[in-house]
Amino acid sequence: MNIKNKFSIKFLTKYFILSGLIFSISCSNDESQTITTMNEIVWADEFTIDGTPDSSKWNFDIGTGQNGWGNNELQYYTDRLQNIEVKNGMLHIKAVKEAYLGSSYTSAKITTKGVFEQKYGRYEAKIKLPWGQGLWPAFWLLGDDSNGSVIWPQIGEIDIMEYRGQQPTIVHGSIHGPGYSAGEAITKSYSLPNDRFDTDFHIFGIEWGPNYINYYVDDVLYNQITPSSLPAGAEWVFNDNNFYIILNLAVGGSFVGSPNTQTVFPQEMIVDYVRVYN
Amino acid sequence: MKTSKKLFLKITKPLALLLLVNLGCERDISDEAVQATFSTNRIIFSDTFSAGLEYYPYLDSKFEAFSVDTEVKYQGTASMRFDVPNEGDRNGAYAGAIFRDDNGGRDLSKYDALTFWAKASKAATINDIGFGQDFGQNKFQVSKRGLRLTTNWVKYTIPIPDASKLKQEKGMFWYAEGPENGDGYSFWIDELQFEKLGTIAQPRPSILNGDNISVNTFIGVNINVADLNQTFNLGTGEDISISSAPGYFIFSSSNPSVASVSETGVVEVLSAGNSVITATLDGVEAKGSLTINSIGSFVFAPTPVRDSNNVVSIFSDHYPNTPVDFFNGYWQPYQTTQSADFSIQGDNFLNYTNFNFVGIQFANPTLNLTDKSNLHFNMYIPNAVPSNFDFLVTIVDFGPDKVNGGGDDTRQQLFVRKSPSIVADSWITIEFSLNGLTPRNNVGLIIFENINFSSLRNLYLDNIYFYKN
Repeated sequence: MNIKNKFSIKFLTKYFILSGLIFSISCSNDESQTITTMNEIVWADEFTIDGTPDSSKWNFDIGTGQNGWGNNELQYYTDRLQNIEVKNGMLHIKAVKEAYLGSSYTSAKITTKGVFEQKYGRYEAKIKLPWGQGLWPAFWLLGDDSNGSVIWPQIGEIDIMEYRGQQPTIVHGSIHGPGYSAGEAITKSYSLPNDRFDTDFHIFGIEWGPNYINYYVDDVLYNQITPSSLPAGAEWVFNDNNFYIILNLAVGGSFVGSPNTQTVFPQEMIVDYVRVYN
Repeated sequence: MKTSKKLFLKITKPLALLLLVNLGCERDISDEAVQATFSTNRIIFSDTFSAGLEYYPYLDSKFEAFSVDTEVKYQGTASMRFDVPNEGDRNGAYAGAIFRDDNGGRDLSKYDALTFWAKASKAATINDIGFGQDFGQNKFQVSKRGLRLTTNWVKYTIPIPDASKLKQEKGMFWYAEGPENGDGYSFWIDELQFEKLGTIAQPRPSILNGDNISVNTFIGVNINVADLNQTFNLGTGEDISISSAPGYFIFSSSNPSVASVSETGVVEVLSAGNSVITATLDGVEAKGSLTINSIGSFVFAPTPVRDSNNVVSIFSDHYPNTPVDFFNGYWQPYQTTQSADFSIQGDNFLNYTNFNFVGIQFANPTLNLTDKSNLHFNMYIPNAVPSNFDFLVTIVDFGPDKVNGGGDDTRQQLFVRKSPSIVADSWITIEFSLNGLTPRNNVGLIIFENINFSSLRNLYLDNIYFYKN
């Protein structure tokens, strides 16, 4: 496990130098790019104990939320072992096609809300993704809502990894805030060369510091988002609030569309680890 | 012996090459090293034929259908052009060919797909296109059936079901396409090659189109495990299914003493009992199965004893048969009856499955039964006679116009009611007089049907003939 840590730090450093070079040639505002490497683990789940996810680290979101968690999603989230289970060192989030309390699918969503929240850091997970039309797994951060007194998108959202099951070679990294949310989110997609995300594990991560968020997949840094990436006059809401981690596997919804007859169920999002470094 | 000599000659070239490369090495070259020397050239056609590639059109196809086109191409200087003939073309009814590597074959085991760019002079659907056909065993033949082309250049991917099998493949490319609604057209293929895409995943092989099929059968019967497919999910997210030769599959029988299954998917029933035939492809279990319910030794129908001079036979292995138009008219939309005819030791049987009614027509020519005024047939009902068994045989005389319908037809109905003589798993002999049918000099049709909601679904027939007493 340590080797992996060292490796990711190494590759990041290497890449940052390289990307810095490119920017310094092609771009005048390279001074505004702030790049740090963070390697002190402050929180992690390696998923070593079989059964329900560690309740000292994770909460469940149960049910369908409002309007399918705001996205017309079709699944009912449960905390049952058939939808979420740690086994053989991995977290398995399983989307099942079944009639359940008015929904046609079940799945699971866990968060660190109220258990682990912080500002900044390097957030990384190693995940094998599901596949097929209508599957929507995500590894993301949401800003604390101060007991409901601040609402989305003002609280901020950092999507480290989103993916459409019908596009098995592409992942998306996005931020949502006031004036740049939902369809207007700041997004960049990353396409895996000569490979796909549902056949093996891949590392999805961000490094987040004052006025920047860097996105990487495996050993490729593919995007940096800074206040200058935002629409003119829009507020950068990622320098103040504490954020918590979310892992979920949605079925259907506005981002992916519904599953079709070709979609094979059940589908699993398998997580090897989630780690946070400062 | 001849074949092995030839093969040896073919492999001497790469052997020499290897020797050159390993000149400095003192170790002898092992037999395995020879096998590994087949060309890994991935190009089939880019701007010209790759080394060793030969064109072999099908004997009954239009030989000139293929040409190299330097005007139309996706990139480079030339493409492959295929001119599908119009219906009625005297030079051939369709376009079709194999492109074979005649340098002994290539090692394709590092690739995962055949890819090419293609376009057509009009939107069209190619019947068969793929690789692995070599005019030999076609052991690893693959076809994408119904490949739809547009008038724009589009890249197509035909995945390899299991590349580890293709260590020495000669069949680089094949296709077969006929006119579309009678009209010919042209299509072009360019940059035809094998590739390692890395994005082909989620294999889902199937046999028997993924269905679980159960058959009642007998010792000695051979059954083909057909409809073999491999399905993948491509990097684009779309599923593609390809018809795949038995050579890619490993078949197994749950009870080999009841039924064996060969490497090519042919089941042979050996004894009474049950066995389930399944298959795997590259370690993945194929969807679908064939359950063999072997009743044991087949009992043949009683051998007819009447003098052949007194008989007009429709279906029998003992008499010469009159020409028959069809043994199953597949009359739409109400007929459900399917045919699963079979033979054992050269003796043929009609087998009607999912039976409701079926017609046997013999109108070319119609039969004059004026003096052969009796019908004979043997019927076998497997498993059990349904309690509501009620069976009707109708003989139709087509009248002077000698065609079905037309207002001049006459018919006679013959009822086979449930009785102690109607038993299961045994041949029943049924004979009727046709004296009620007048005239009967243009008889052209027999109809068998369930009546009064009879639920008979499966029956065998043999020795259907008319006779004079």
